[in-house]
Amino acid sequence: MADASVVNERRATSAALNFLRRYAALTALIVLLAFNFAVTPHFASFQTLNVNLTQVATIVIVSVGMTLVIATGGIDLSVGSLMAIAGALAPLIFLSPFGVAHPALGDALAFVVPVAAAGLLGGFNGWFITRFKVQPIVGTLVMFIAGRGIGQVVTNGNLQVFHNPAFQFIGLGRVFGVPFQVIVMLVLVALAAWAIRRTLFGRYILAVGGNERAARLAGVPVNRVKRWVYAISGLCAGIAGLVVVSINSSSDANLVGLGMELDAIAAVAVGGTPFTGGQASVVGSLIGALLIQLLRYTLLANGVPDAAALVVKGAIIAGAVWSQQRGKRA
Amino acid sequence: MSVQSETPVRHKQPGWIAWGGQQRVLIALILLILFGALRYDHFLGAFNVLSVLRYNSMFALTSLGMCFVIMTAGIDLSVGTTAACASVVSALLSPYGLVPGLLGGIGAGALVGVVNGYMVTRMKILPFIATLSGMLMASGVGLLLAHNQSVSVSYDTDFVWLGQGDLLGLPVPAWLAGAAYVYGSVTLNFTSFGRYALAVGGNEEASRLMGLPVDRILFWTYVQSGVTAGLAGVILASQFGAGQPAEGVGWELFSIAAVVVGGTLLTGGVGSVATTLIGVLLLGLIFNVLNFENGLGWISLSAYWQSVVRGVFLMVVVMAGSGPAMRKLRTA
Repeated sequence: MADASVVNERRATSAALNFLRRYAALTALIVLLAFNFAVTPHFASFQTLNVNLTQVATIVIVSVGMTLVIATGGIDLSVGSLMAIAGALAPLIFLSPFGVAHPALGDALAFVVPVAAAGLLGGFNGWFITRFKVQPIVGTLVMFIAGRGIGQVVTNGNLQVFHNPAFQFIGLGRVFGVPFQVIVMLVLVALAAWAIRRTLFGRYILAVGGNERAARLAGVPVNRVKRWVYAISGLCAGIAGLVVVSINSSSDANLVGLGMELDAIAAVAVGGTPFTGGQASVVGSLIGALLIQLLRYTLLANGVPDAAALVVKGAIIAGAVWSQQRGKRA
Repeated sequence: MSVQSETPVRHKQPGWIAWGGQQRVLIALILLILFGALRYDHFLGAFNVLSVLRYNSMFALTSLGMCFVIMTAGIDLSVGTTAACASVVSALLSPYGLVPGLLGGIGAGALVGVVNGYMVTRMKILPFIATLSGMLMASGVGLLLAHNQSVSVSYDTDFVWLGQGDLLGLPVPAWLAGAAYVYGSVTLNFTSFGRYALAVGGNEEASRLMGLPVDRILFWTYVQSGVTAGLAGVILASQFGAGQPAEGVGWELFSIAAVVVGGTLLTGGVGSVATTLIGVLLLGLIFNVLNFENGLGWISLSAYWQSVVRGVFLMVVVMAGSGPAMRKLRTA
């Protein structure tokens, strides 16, 4: 009897350890929050919450699309460049003579056209990858290189400065005190999480990522699913691009979305979506992005230089992925 | 020089088509050089040739390390920030002379490679994530060492000779890159390390079952990539007179593009050192040709067009090398 209880106890501790490992990101997030409440001055304020959420919103919006792409076993390096294109197009539209003459219509077009353009270019990524059977990393590398160039060419590399409260509501507006982009972020996360669980398209995504050949043989329209997934990633990047230029009140195609692809991929990885495809955790990506953001905030708020925060960020990405793998294997 | 996987089908083609198919990168490079030489007066002038070589030798080095990593079906996202970090270390050591600066930069690169290799082989983290993490860490360490500023190198020692000097009429960076490519080509074709690296990339599980030291090979490809990136960083520091912690952004993707243009498959198991060099020169010369075209004054393409042109060029290369296009070539 005594032996059995020891075994049970050990089983219980290892189960708890496994749980911690599998939900490493969530655990780390909670620990970090507790640490901040105890140590960082002025942490428990509405303002701190808003600062962190507004900074993380664009990364999360892009990660939603990235999670879907990675769930099909792909990757999208072009998101930062698509953000730059969307960010470059919007001011061109509402600052144009037509946009100035018809402000309401101009602002509406400044929302719709850039996002649609980014979605179309994302769809082009998907078409290129499926039509020529190119590896996703190479296929989207083309758009990564060319896309920022397109954004720079349409604006001639100039900084576009603007003041347009109606348009900038997407980045600066508040609803009941909550920043509007945070609401956009939450809606997109909820929508994607719901789609993966409850819709045919969502199941198709997981089937394609799990075993592409089997999915094809089972009648899943593999190529169409992939094209849509890249198009959705493009749409998300387009929305994020608009948010960034709204916050900045200016658009610089050289800088908008620079390095975003890696931030989004890191958030997805820390969130526990495996790169082999077949599984997707959109809420995990949200937690991953929040963890990376809060870690940086914690270090900066406690006087650690930004460069050291980079080192810690690198370590936390590797550590999170490592511990999740161990948790799954056990 | 080049190692290509030859499918039996290819042997049935007429010889010149097969040769053209395999050497299409070389043909593209020759055509581009011919175009430039015929169209612009000073394209083949000593000044232009030497400055193209001097500048692109850094990318040639990072692409060489990348080529080996990609052959093993891995990827190294850290080469750019590793070069930046190494440039800072070598600039800090440059007052002590050429050799300390050189070895310091290479050592810093090797250290990043060791960390990457450890994460990939011991912690079993996917190369993409492991080297993404290595990339952030190298960048952070470089910025810390440099206190967020560029670090000027010492002109009292002969350290700047490494980046700005000449030897027998050719720039020193070009000699360094050339030596690295000779080493890479010999290693790939004539040593067990090179053959094993290809085998691991072709089928890691089978290689493991055959008893190849898979982890050791993977580990060394990442260290090697760190060393070449470190050397690129040394050249960066001495060529521009400063260690630059914020440089190197996008180098990893340029290197991957060069390797892909050179015909090395990202799925691993196939690769060529010589065609990687051709890929680097092709991507570098496109920029050069655009500059000359602007110089003619007929059109005025902003510098921003160069990334569009590069992207489209990469797309064309990928399309030409893709499954459907090659099938057409075979049935022709």
